Amino acid sequence: MEIRYITCICCPFGCQIEVAVGSGGIQSISGYTCNRGLNFAANEVNHPERMVTTTVRVIGGMQPQVSVKTRKGIPKSEVFRCMEELKSVEVHAPVRIGDLIRENICGTGIDVIATKDVQQINFQNFSD
Amino acid sequence: MKTYDLIVIGGGPAGMAAAISARENGCEDVLILERGSSLGGILNQCIHNGFGLLTFHEELTGPEYAARYAEKICALNIDYQLNTTVIRIDREKKVTAINADKGLQILQSKTIILAMGCRERPRGALNIPGSRPAGIFSAGTAQRIINIDGYMPGHNVVILGSGDIGLIMARRMTLEGAKVKVVAELMPYSSGLKRNIVQCLDDFGIPLKFRTSVVKIHGDKRLTGVTLARMDDRNKPIPDTEEFYECDTLLLSVGLIPENEISDEAGIPLDPSTCGPVVNNDFETEAEGIFACGNVLHVHDLVDFVSQEAASAGKNAACYIRRNGLSNKERTVRLFGSDGVRYTVPQILNPDRKDEDLTVRFRVGEVYQNAFISVFFNDQCILRRKKPIVTPGEMELIKLRKEQINQFPDLKSITIKIEKG
Repeated sequence: MEIRYITCICCPFGCQIEVAVGSGGIQSISGYTCNRGLNFAANEVNHPERMVTTTVRVIGGMQPQVSVKTRKGIPKSEVFRCMEELKSVEVHAPVRIGDLIRENICGTGIDVIATKDVQQINFQNFSD
Repeated sequence: MKTYDLIVIGGGPAGMAAAISARENGCEDVLILERGSSLGGILNQCIHNGFGLLTFHEELTGPEYAARYAEKICALNIDYQLNTTVIRIDREKKVTAINADKGLQILQSKTIILAMGCRERPRGALNIPGSRPAGIFSAGTAQRIINIDGYMPGHNVVILGSGDIGLIMARRMTLEGAKVKVVAELMPYSSGLKRNIVQCLDDFGIPLKFRTSVVKIHGDKRLTGVTLARMDDRNKPIPDTEEFYECDTLLLSVGLIPENEISDEAGIPLDPSTCGPVVNNDFETEAEGIFACGNVLHVHDLVDFVSQEAASAGKNAACYIRRNGLSNKERTVRLFGSDGVRYTVPQILNPDRKDEDLTVRFRVGEVYQNAFISVFFNDQCILRRKKPIVTPGEMELIKLRKEQINQFPDLKSITIKIEKG
């Protein structure tokens, strides 16, 4: 049996919660002081998820890159693979908030979308 | 010369919310002056999520939160000038601003809202000995370089200070492939939010060392490392606790200072605890018709609170114009923080004008567990609320009902204290 230590983030108290995990899943949870903490600890052990926010390159934009996010949390174990997959992604300006940047990132079923507008560069601005 | 109803200085979250609220409450000629090249201020580089849970009941990133307000500014046809720096204001509500298109402008307004935000404490404000190599950045500068400009400032990183921006940057740089070796914090607690400690440090196994600081900077042209040491209770390095960390980058996340140079020059009294203007319950400074909100008033943890406060300031500026500039300040009640409460905002209550409940925001100086937040009207305790925990990293608020206040016609002072349980 393995003991996992989890700091609860539901309030500033930050309870140190101990979760005993056996072959059949969670055996016991202790150290929490409210139900929110209990649920948080169980989720963190069973299926921890994190939203990934980063940037991707923009071609022909007023800014060199655009900020993006996974539409929802993806499994915590996929976070670095998600970053790796987005490294090679380039998009063309203009980009609008909510535009699809990458479908089904790392096969998680979750899309990556833009979180900022990036306008197209207007070369006429530089002609005179 | 055209006279504006309201000039808002700063187009970040506070300035945008204040301008929108003022317009919605009947202010006609509103102008926002913004130093940056777009509305949104610092939110534009805060690409992480966690914004807007209170305001929109969903978890947005910084640019998305800013866009919600920027869209509203456009929909309401509120005028704004970008790339425009305000260099001077005065008590007659004259605003001097410069930009590349219009040159120097002197604008007259009936009211002003100060919404300039804050800036990071720089290396010069700390006492770190050693040389001055490249590679030492404030955390927010590194955030801008990575998230806006698209460069990595370094690969092996030590972070001094566990403020929220430092924690966010620990995760950001780790995700981008850098090695964040340690976060050192002088205090015995973090000033950052719990969720950031867990999701930005614990998730990646980055150690957080309390009561630890940088005692030496190594490197000539480029940073090659730092020496950390444990600190005693008087913030002196403890001998034989030095540890060398090889790194090319040191990020400083050691606090934020409201940016009040132009307020100070206009003779607006500042509170030494907040470094922001002294305000009354209308968010009006001691200069009549000049209001303040957001991080220029006091540093916030959550943008949602900035927006709430700014909306209130905007509404009050609109009311001030409707009243034709008359401030009713007949009765003045001082608010004080003591016994662990570092400051209160507002610092002044003008109860005759109070037609709604009073929200007092404050911060404590250290961590208290199972303590009471007590409110005294003159010497009488009128409220005692038990809190399992209060920490310097999380702003507290207390609401006082207007009936409670009206029951005390000879009210002179309101004091907020922490009493140990």
